[in-house]
This record gives sequence, C-alpha cells and structure tokens, in this order.
Amino acid sequence: MTFVSNLINGISLGSVYAIIALGYTMVYGIAKMLNFAHGDVIMVGAYASYCTMIYLNWHPLLSILFSIVVCTILGVVIEAFAYKPLRRAGSLAVLITAIGVSYLLQNAALLIWGSTPKIFTSVVNIKPLSLFGGKLTITAESIVTVAACVLIMIGLTLFTQKTKMGKAMRAVSEDKDAAELMGVNVNTTISTTFAIGSALAAVAGVLLCSAYPTLVPTTGSMPGIKAFTAAVFGGIGSIPGTMLGGILLGIIEIFSKSYISTSLSDAIVFAVLIIVLLVKPTGILGKKVTEKV
Amino acid sequence: MKKFTRIICVMLALVMALACFSGCKSGDTQTGSDGSTGTSTIKIGGIGPTTGKAALYGQAVKNAAEIAVEEINAKDSSVKFELKFEDDENDPEKSTNAYNNLKDWGMQILCGTVTTQPCIAVSSEANNDKIFTLTPSASSTDVIGGQPDADGNVTIQRKDTIYQMCFTDPNQGTASAQYIKEQNLGTKIAVIYNNSDAYSTGIYQKFSAEAEKLGLDIVSVNTFTDDSDNDFKPQLNDAKSKGADLLFLPIYYTPASLILKQAKEISYAPKFFGVDGMDGILSLENFDTSLAEGVMLLTPFTADATDDLTKNFVTKYQEKYGGIPNQFAADMYDCIYAIYEACINQGVTSDMTAEEISQKLIAEFTSSDFTFSGLTGENMTWSDSGEVSKAPKGMVIKNGEYVGM
Repeated sequence: MTFVSNLINGISLGSVYAIIALGYTMVYGIAKMLNFAHGDVIMVGAYASYCTMIYLNWHPLLSILFSIVVCTILGVVIEAFAYKPLRRAGSLAVLITAIGVSYLLQNAALLIWGSTPKIFTSVVNIKPLSLFGGKLTITAESIVTVAACVLIMIGLTLFTQKTKMGKAMRAVSEDKDAAELMGVNVNTTISTTFAIGSALAAVAGVLLCSAYPTLVPTTGSMPGIKAFTAAVFGGIGSIPGTMLGGILLGIIEIFSKSYISTSLSDAIVFAVLIIVLLVKPTGILGKKVTEKV
Repeated sequence: MKKFTRIICVMLALVMALACFSGCKSGDTQTGSDGSTGTSTIKIGGIGPTTGKAALYGQAVKNAAEIAVEEINAKDSSVKFELKFEDDENDPEKSTNAYNNLKDWGMQILCGTVTTQPCIAVSSEANNDKIFTLTPSASSTDVIGGQPDADGNVTIQRKDTIYQMCFTDPNQGTASAQYIKEQNLGTKIAVIYNNSDAYSTGIYQKFSAEAEKLGLDIVSVNTFTDDSDNDFKPQLNDAKSKGADLLFLPIYYTPASLILKQAKEISYAPKFFGVDGMDGILSLENFDTSLAEGVMLLTPFTADATDDLTKNFVTKYQEKYGGIPNQFAADMYDCIYAIYEACINQGVTSDMTAEEISQKLIAEFTSSDFTFSGLTGENMTWSDSGEVSKAPKGMVIKNGEYVGM
C-alpha cells in the first residue's frame, strides 16, 4: 500500500512539474528561447491568488482567474520589454536577459511581500479521499492537480492542431522566416505564446502552493529548474513529451526518496536525466531535427 | 557619437553602483543616548535576519534588544549602551558584510548573530578582531569552536571571544533524548532532519548518540535539504510504516509547518517533538494552528511564566511590538543584561578598545563569582569553552499557545 501511496504522490508532484514544464516547452518550441523567468511568474501568480483570497476574501475560483489575468499581462509585458528588442540578437543575450528578469521578479516580490513565509490556503476545499479503511489517503489537491494537468495537455494539443493561431505557432516553430513570408505575424504569435505560457504558470503556482503551502519569493525557482529538467527529459518542444517527462520526474523523485535515500534524491533525479540524454539526446518523445548545412 | 554613448553608459553604470551602496546604509536602526557627559556609552552591535526565511527570529531579537537597551539607559548607572542592529537575511555572506559595517561604525561588543550558519562565519571574524561576542541563539558548537565532532576530533579551534546564551546543539540533542526518556514520551522514534544545515545535523548526531545510550529505539531516520523542502510524504510514510510513535524534528519552523500538514494528510499522528527552531511556528501568517496542537518542544523560556521579570518583559514587548515574545527574544534580552552586569562588575568604559573590553568581559564571564539570572534561566554560568549551563524547560502547544509541561 505504501507503494501505491508513493506512486500517487509521485504522479501528483509530477503533474505540477508537468504544468510548469508546459510553459517552458511552449515558449521554447515557438520562440526557441529558454524563459528562465517562468518559475518566478509562478511565484507572482501564487502571491496574486494569496492576496486576493486572504486580504480581499475572494472566492478561490475568482482568485485563480485574477491570478491568471495578472500572470498573462506580466508575461506579455516581460516579452514586450525584455525579449522582443532582442529578437534578432544571439540566443545567449536572451538567456542572460531571462535570468535577469528572474532576479528582478524575485527581488521585487521580496520588496512587496517581504521574505517571511506566507501559508497558502488550499483552493481545493474537499476532504481527502480515504480508501481501504484509511490505509490509503489521496488528497483532493492531488486529484485536482492531475486532472488539471491532463485537461491542460489535451486543451493545448487541440489548440495547436486545430485553431488558426495554433497553426501559426507551429509554422513559426518550424521556420520563422518562411512563416513570415507566408503572412504569419511572428510577433503576435510569439506574444500569444507568452500569454498562454504565463497563464499556465498562474495555474501551476496556485496548484503548487495548494499542495505545498509555504509561499516565499523564491518558491518558484527550484520547481522551475526541476520543471525545466522535466521538459528536457521528455523532449523540449513536444507537448505530450513534456507532460510525460514531468510525471516521470515526479515519480523518480518520490521513489528515490522512499526506497533509496532521502539525501540523494536530487542527485538521482539529475543522474537519470544525464543517462536519458546520453541515450536519446532529444529527450524521450523529442523529435530529431536534422540541421541542414 | 558612438564614443559619446559609451561614456554615458559608463557614467550611468557608476551612478547605479553608487546608488546601490548608499541604499545599504538606509534601514539601519539606532537606539540609545548619544554620549551625554559623565556616563560612557558603549557601542553594541546586533546582527540577525530581520527579513528572509528566519525573519521571525531576527525581528524578535531586535525588538528585545531595543527593550533591554532602553531599560538600561533609563537607569541611573555609569554604563549606557548604544545599539545598532543589522539585517543578514540568514546568509553568511550578508552577515559578514553586516559585521564589517558595524565595525566601521565602531562596535565594541557584538550581540549576535541570531542564526547558526551566519554566526559560524561571523564568530571567526569577531575572534580575529578580538571583539567580545555573545550570541543569543546560534547554537552550533562550530560557533564557539574547540568542541569535538562526531568522530571526536576538534576541527575548529576554540574562538576565545565567543560565548553563547542558548544551549549548544549537542546539549539540545542530548537534553531532548533525556527528556523523552524521562517523561516516557515514546518507544519508537523517527527523525527527520535537514542535512544541508549545520544546526539540524548537529542536534541529530548528539540526539542519536544519547538515544542509543539510553536505550531509545530510533526506527526511522530521514533527511531533506534546503532545495528539497517541499514534499515530506516519503519521509513521513517511512516513519508511519515503521510504527514510530514519536517524531523528533530538530529543524526550523518553516519546513516543520509543512511536515505537520502532510502528516495530517496521510493520517499519521505521532507525538511531535521539536527543539528551539520550532519556536515561532504559531506566528506564521495564515498558519492553521490546530495542526500544531500537542507539539512539544524544549526551550528555556515560557512567556506564560508568572515571575515578575517575565511578566514585565512580556507586557513591554506586547505594548511596543504586539505579539508574544519567543525564546529568541528572551535570549537576547538576557544577553544585553548579562553584558551590562559584567560591564559594571569590571568597570568597563566606552573609551576602551574592543580588545580591552573583550579581555575584561572574558575574565568576568569565566570567573566563578559570575552568575546571571534572567528570563531564560536562574544562576547561569559560563565556562571558558563558551557554553552556558542552565536547565531546559519542556513546552507543549495547547489551543494555539505555548504552555509549560
């Protein structure tokens, strides 16, 4: 029964990683840049939801919507001011800018909310599910997180496959210049991608803090790095791959904590990443792209 | 034109750099009289995390120091204090910077730092500079040095000018094991500790050694690090499956609050036993205090004690800052008063150098005549190892308040 309980914990933790990782993947797949500020957008989302819920007594659902709006605007603003001017610059310049934005957000949060931890009230107000006479307990947060993750993945896949904007995104992702020649507005497409990625970050932030309720300005950074790992692990740029990577990462983390060593769990997670990348450099479900010279 | 832009850029960069430095100076606090004639005002520095994850400790300590200094300066006495308290965000590097700032200010005695990791760094500096240091709450033996580690080797030499007001980690670990045995609190014990933190690891090592001696059965030992302090369910499941009826948590209150929540989620309800790092859990913003119901901790101070000294301190603290002072505040209050008494006994004056003061205070603290009674204990004494000797008290959380056991 401990095994099942560990498995469920792993899937639940992995689903949070997966939702965060989807944000990385969307942006990387379309704009070909690593948005290292993504983890900190999550933190802002969690604070936005916390403040409206605690100080203004808003309904949890309303506070999630508010947090999505805040993060979407934040994502688009960051893109417009920090990344758009660098669109023709080298990828290294954009990467450093992203790290800069990440620190800017963390320190701004430190100024606004201080660094005393806040205890996040779970947005899921349902009793945990108790099975087999109390031997197995599944928290409502776990169920909601996994469900949200699956829904988001299906939604994103449909969006990129069926809608006009989705097609534009795939076109930009394959060849930016050719897409531009075909009349796709590259700038709008990339901004939309950032908007979607940041909206996902808000959902991830609320779910992350519902499950693990201490909220500090650095809350997003470690899950952000793990989610980035998950995205690379599953194949960055591929939506199902990213989700698979996230969930596998969560399961590996919890299992190595439970069965091998609590001290070595992070080392094991990253060792698995190295092995996967040695065997399959594009990640589990990543597509192999041959560079034409 | 290009050259001109470049010059502008360099100038702007310089202006920004200067703005950074000037920013550091603001936000300091100073209390105390400004050297009126006839009395000598000794400059005391304090360092602690008034922001950051351990902010509750730093703020409490700062508040208590201000109360103590204010009281002393109101007395008709030859010794007056001037206090300057700097923030270190519980970061060794920032703490060392804060220390250097205080030295530039002319600090003669240091009361700090509050947390262990920064104090290990700062205490070495203070020892090199021969500044007398009394830390309210940094409890590792690495702070004072000269103590054998788990293998019996002394890796850090004794830092002669460093003294502690709180118990050392080994003493906390040993005292916890003894307390659990004496009060018969548990037969099968599980431990979760932070192995990236010297404080937590130090307590655990001595606890496990003492538990073995006393015949306590430790069935499950698990760790976490500062980077993986989110999910404790594997650790808790392990403790649960091995049937542990007492969970010993030698950690700070932030991860402890998560452990309490997740234990409830997997319906695991052992007795929880913490050390002084657990103090403060009830003041976390928006924390569901019912989770902490029945949590026990060893700490030298109870705010609900009925002696005059405690009552006076708690009332003043509530009036000035709101909230109930924790044991860190009490430790700091005692630090200032212990230094005050020692200064009077030795006739310390403000025109002495930090090194002269430090020689006099060390002589006083280690002399067999010097005993100090304060909020955190009666008749405390210090040996030249820097450790304090006093008796711990057990506390338990009932209805969202700390109550003596």
